[in-house]
Amino acid sequence: MIEIKGLHKSFSGEVILDGIDARFLRGKTNMIIGSSGSGKSVFLKNMLGLFKPDAGEIIYDQERLADMSENRQRELREEMGMLFQHSALFDSMTVEENVMFPLRMFTKMRRKEREERANDILERVNLINLNKKMPSEISGGQQKRVALARAVVNKPKFLFCDEPNSGLDPKTATIIDNLIQELTHEANITTVIISHDMNSVLEIGETIIFLKDGVIAWEGTNKEIFKTDNEAVTDFVYSSELFRKVRIAQNKGL
Amino acid sequence: MKILSHFGKYVIMIFEVFKRPTKTVVLKELILKEIDDLIIGSIGITAFISLFMGAVVALQTSLNLDNPLIPKSLIGFAVRQSIILEFAPTVISIIMAGKVGSYITSSIGTMNVTEQIDALRVMGINPLNYLVFPKIVAMLFYPLLIAIIMFVGILGGYIAAVYGNLVNTQDFITGLQDTFIPYQVVYAFIKTTVFGLILATVPSYHGYYMKGGALEVGEASTTSFVWTCVAIIVVNYLLTTILL
Repeated sequence: MIEIKGLHKSFSGEVILDGIDARFLRGKTNMIIGSSGSGKSVFLKNMLGLFKPDAGEIIYDQERLADMSENRQRELREEMGMLFQHSALFDSMTVEENVMFPLRMFTKMRRKEREERANDILERVNLINLNKKMPSEISGGQQKRVALARAVVNKPKFLFCDEPNSGLDPKTATIIDNLIQELTHEANITTVIISHDMNSVLEIGETIIFLKDGVIAWEGTNKEIFKTDNEAVTDFVYSSELFRKVRIAQNKGL
Repeated sequence: MKILSHFGKYVIMIFEVFKRPTKTVVLKELILKEIDDLIIGSIGITAFISLFMGAVVALQTSLNLDNPLIPKSLIGFAVRQSIILEFAPTVISIIMAGKVGSYITSSIGTMNVTEQIDALRVMGINPLNYLVFPKIVAMLFYPLLIAIIMFVGILGGYIAAVYGNLVNTQDFITGLQDTFIPYQVVYAFIKTTVFGLILATVPSYHGYYMKGGALEVGEASTTSFVWTCVAIIVVNYLLTTILL
């Protein structure tokens, strides 16, 4: 579990996060949603330790990030997987080498074992036939799946996904969403997903935090988000014509 | 002030490069790859330039030797001095700033804008050690490249002078050996080693700390080339003052 207590972060006097308190549960897909500029990415980067908070605590399984030694933080990072918005695959490596990379860096596995584990996970994301290709030779959706395979290959305890289906067609986005949820449940991972895609929220948002202007404006689940009267959330959710029509139909009892 | 700030950041980067080392087996492979990319991959173009530069020095010297009292062996002497003292260490380093420096800046810069450096950081890997340290080690082999360049440059001068009927072999070799001071070769290699470190680190700095997108990667490569050249020229003057 990851706990956040009173997280504050500003840049050049501009407040980005203004006292965030949150809990991200193990074995669940925890989502952070909000419009662009609401502070989602800064929140994630604070959790990852890429930014240092101005105030507040980030607690990984009852261990405060700020109290951890450099070595302990390094160990913690080995227990993290991260799926970046633009995949962030290493251009100079093949798909298989990308997936094997965390194993190579953090385990004492022999090459054969690493290959077996990487190919198992590539099979899981339906990309086994592409293992010798370079990232530039595969599509955006395939790159996302490779990045997901790389993020989970070392069996992380914490998985972070930054807009995992941005720029993907709806079908591929659903495949990625379902994969993330399946892997989260199977390996009992604490998964934190940043998104502003309402389809994803409905599909896999087991717990949802809605950020607005650096504060949590609403918390709930994917079942509750359509029932809330919170104006900030309804403005965000029903900005899509489709969801507006769904709500009208719901109100009419259709 | 801005230059001082950049210099300070550059010095901090150099210290960071040696912190939290990457796994040795991985590092060995990275170093070998960098030697291949930065040193071996540069032999062809630098040797080609050097061969013709040696030839041009021989031709220019010969054309200016209109006084019959000046011996023809001066052609060999001029080729040796210009190639060993300045052309091989300094001019080739400026060429390398364009070839290798731009490659380093653009490759690290692209990794930066495509979040590959963030990916390394999230995994707990020190990106500076992973990316820059192997380049520094690879560039320690730069004097070997320059030794080849010196040989090829003098060979170019020999071919142009002897086969162009400007001087005979005996006179050319006499000129080559005339008042030869071995320390000048040591001086050239000391310079080369320092230039190698500049070539590995200044372009890395510009790639690592750049911000923006693809356009800024291009801009960073240009800026990196300019500053690498400036650093080489200034350090060349300082080292010459100190060492000679």
